[in-house]
Amino acid sequence: MAVEKRVRFRSGWLPWALVAPQLAIVLVFFFWPAAQGLYFSVLQQDAFGTSVQFVGLENFRALFRDESYLASFRITAVFSLLVAGLGLSLSLLLAVMADRVIKGAGGYKTLLIWPYAVAPAVAGVLWLFMFAPSIGVVTYALGRIGIPWNHLLNGTDALILVVAAAVWNQISYNFLFFLAGLQSIPKSLIEAAAIDGAGPWRRFWTVQFPLLSPTAFFLLVINIVYAFFGTFGIIDAATQGGPGQDTSILVYKLYFDAFKAMDLGASAAQSVVLMAIVTVLTVIQFRYVERKVNY
Amino acid sequence: MKLKSFALAASACSLLAALPAQAQTEIQWWHSMSGQLGEWVNGLAKGFNDSQKEYKVVPVFKGTYPESFAAAIAAFRAGNAPHILQVFEVGTASMMASKGAIVPVTEVMKTGGVKFDPSVYVPAVAGYYTAPNGQMLSLPFNSSTTVFHYNKDAFKAAGLDPEKPPTTWPEVARAAATLKISGHKCPFTTSWQSWTQLESFSAWHNVEFATKNNGFNGLDTRLVIDTPLHVRHIQNLANMAQQGLFVYKGRNNTADATFVSGECAMVTATSALFGAVKRNAKFTGGIGTLPYYPDVAGAPQNTVIGGASLWAMSGKKPAEVKGVALFFKYLSEPQVQARSHQETGYLPITLEAYKITDASGFYKQNPGADVAVTQMIRKTTDKSRGIRLGNFVQIRTIVDEEMEQVWAGKKTPEQGLADAKKRGNVELEKFQAANKG
Repeated sequence: MAVEKRVRFRSGWLPWALVAPQLAIVLVFFFWPAAQGLYFSVLQQDAFGTSVQFVGLENFRALFRDESYLASFRITAVFSLLVAGLGLSLSLLLAVMADRVIKGAGGYKTLLIWPYAVAPAVAGVLWLFMFAPSIGVVTYALGRIGIPWNHLLNGTDALILVVAAAVWNQISYNFLFFLAGLQSIPKSLIEAAAIDGAGPWRRFWTVQFPLLSPTAFFLLVINIVYAFFGTFGIIDAATQGGPGQDTSILVYKLYFDAFKAMDLGASAAQSVVLMAIVTVLTVIQFRYVERKVNY
Repeated sequence: MKLKSFALAASACSLLAALPAQAQTEIQWWHSMSGQLGEWVNGLAKGFNDSQKEYKVVPVFKGTYPESFAAAIAAFRAGNAPHILQVFEVGTASMMASKGAIVPVTEVMKTGGVKFDPSVYVPAVAGYYTAPNGQMLSLPFNSSTTVFHYNKDAFKAAGLDPEKPPTTWPEVARAAATLKISGHKCPFTTSWQSWTQLESFSAWHNVEFATKNNGFNGLDTRLVIDTPLHVRHIQNLANMAQQGLFVYKGRNNTADATFVSGECAMVTATSALFGAVKRNAKFTGGIGTLPYYPDVAGAPQNTVIGGASLWAMSGKKPAEVKGVALFFKYLSEPQVQARSHQETGYLPITLEAYKITDASGFYKQNPGADVAVTQMIRKTTDKSRGIRLGNFVQIRTIVDEEMEQVWAGKKTPEQGLADAKKRGNVELEKFQAANKG
């Protein structure tokens, strides 16, 4: 009996009708806004849109003439590397530790997952309180051991503050995926390595870590995107890009120009630049990093 | 359960039935006044609604000034703007340039058939919201200005005369030094550094902050904040910062809280801080005039306003415009004005309101409350009338960024001011290009 295994649609329109809702959502919520962003980036308009004129690439030219915008690239690179690097390594460490815990594992895991429920803006405020000059708990403690802390005027302090808040906020998410990845590794592999005389350190690097690489790769992409886009709430609440422009990452500058300064042309141009950067980064990640990943 | 839902349905029906019977015209009013000030705004709407039957003003809190501004822009683009929008002073130039989006107050009054006399308003306040052709564009609502707040208890503890606040910058530095010796960790700080230390500072010394009479005479205005006087002042503050006499507490109004909590002993801030100090501070607060340099000819002149005004949005039916006009008239009544001024610490908008408040003995009971008024009710000059710049939000942020570099010792005052001027002028050029028409 030769039974056709694939389901075939006899009519031409039915498959389209079935995927239409999904397509509509993608078009309305992804492509349309992106197209609008592209369109707005070549216009110059006042806040209310009562006078609109086509200016070609003038918004982009103005952007790249602005030294502070160029400086923002460097800050964003440093910030993103720190957030993704620290976020991934800390959560991997926590996941490996939690994976080895035998008693009360549920409790640990729940506590480690908690921070993810905190909105970025709230995370920013929480960390801001702890590090507030003169009244913050951490500031006070640092002062006692002779380390002056003032993120209002010290750019390094400010960067440490926002990186810490951003990493803390994202650690749970990474932790969840790493833990799930670790638990899906067959116990027999690890046991076999143990019988062969490999210690925990060796077992981790030769068995667990290579098998975790798909998860790690996925998280790398997610974390880079998070550092680029998801962190403006933290920056806005904690430092507003200051002192000077020491924590003014690209997405925060975009947010400021669009929603505080009402400069739609400039912010649309910035969003196009940001889109391009993330596209390039993702392509690089998939072409070069993914090759080293074992599935 | 059944009975309950029946009762609910019945009351819903009666509500629906009652609505058209009243046939009130609703006037949407978006504002940014929270807490105590929110209650004040609701009280004003209620007062107006109770005074007549035809119109109902509905105040809606839409978040901070930038948030409600953004919300109104989005609503306008969607054809859904409120009737009245409260806009902060730095948004004034943007509103003025958006000709199709707003209706000037003068026209609102004309359409509404309400007699309107702009001369009853305090000149320095009304002048700020008046177009070059003399047409008043928005209704002054909550205006404040920059004053000098100080902690009388801290002054007493340091051996300073609590009834004699320092009036000049050299005196401020001396008082700060005395406070520091007495153990104060934060002798002096400032809120809104661009507004207090450069904008109001310029008007107070009768020098320009920007050319073309601070933007009043044209969009081709450019910043002039790198004069020897400006550099001298910023240098003075930078020196104070080095010696721990001036402690920087952050952008916008974050320094306000450090004064109210008693952490900082002196602050240059909005006059509207008066209310919060009176309610929440555990010490006696005092208010002095904004400090100046005594050797500068023409100083002190007058300070510039902050706060917000009410704008009538375009595209509304004549009946609704009439409601807006009547509400604006109600808000300008001397008694209403005087009450608002006394309740909030904002400036009186009309001269009559000031006289009523003065006659009632309010200033005698609340010493210091009149400082802001006397700083404002003066004959203004072309250089001191106010500062009206496009992309002002960005310019203020640029000033914040550059001044932070100066306080941190990373840039000299000359360098910081020159960079702020250069970057600020790019914003002004952009605004000019976008609003040519």
